[in-house]
Amino acid sequence: MEKKPVLLTVLDVLTAAVFILASGMVFLYAPMEAVMGWVQKVFYFHVSAGWVGMLGFLVAAVAGIAYLRSKHQKWDDVGVAGVEIGLIFMLINIITGAIWARPIWNTWWTWDPRLTTATIMELVYAAYLMLRSGIDDSEKRARFGAIYAIIGFASVPLTFASIRLFRTIHPVVIGSSDPSAVGAFDMSARMSQTFFFSLFAFSILFADLLWHRIRLSKLEEQVDQLKMELYQ
Amino acid sequence: MVGPADTYSYMIAGYVVIFGVILAYLGSLVVRWRSLQREKTMLEQIEEKDMGTDH
Repeated sequence: MEKKPVLLTVLDVLTAAVFILASGMVFLYAPMEAVMGWVQKVFYFHVSAGWVGMLGFLVAAVAGIAYLRSKHQKWDDVGVAGVEIGLIFMLINIITGAIWARPIWNTWWTWDPRLTTATIMELVYAAYLMLRSGIDDSEKRARFGAIYAIIGFASVPLTFASIRLFRTIHPVVIGSSDPSAVGAFDMSARMSQTFFFSLFAFSILFADLLWHRIRLSKLEEQVDQLKMELYQ
Repeated sequence: MVGPADTYSYMIAGYVVIFGVILAYLGSLVVRWRSLQREKTMLEQIEEKDMGTDH
């Protein structure tokens, strides 16, 4: 395996720095919301995690198209990395949403359109990893993964738009919420700055994790190649 | 005057989940990387040994 690129080390350091800064802004810079209190601070990383989750699935869909066009293994590596990271961050998004909902909606969970579509999306991509692991032939696996990631992506805009299309109690961050939404609040300047910086920090974290995950796939391929050479 | 709701414990729970899941994922990347590196080194050694036997 080639040495870790210097640029990746730089990205690791940058990621740690912006993540610490974003955490500092959440806890020390952003003011406490007047009605919801401390739990509102979960909002900054809850939305950012949802953004990274959907970004991961978008990257997987784009990588799927690129794979079908070029048949280059590297696009399959990008696709699986995007899905894996997307799943992790959507899981954070769903769990932190439930934690926020308990004191604000007085329930951990409700089958609201946003919560339902987000759960379906998570399950769609969890199935992607499970089904992939059942295919031995690497070319078949990559082709299946590419097609699945493209079709599965339909769940992403549906989840994003669910709070704008359907009657829901989930608040909308950018734009106006449904009148029945519970937990909406007006962001002050400091809240907006913290929110957008958190989105930026999570985007950098995504790029860093994606690179590491792609390198892991490449190492897996090298090991598989060595096994094939030895046991042929 | 009524102040904000007492939701401190929920915020703590939220951030435990956020940092916990991210750290667990980072840990899984490190564990998988090290395991694959070990496997690769072992396979390379076997390959070298095989080539030595052939000659």
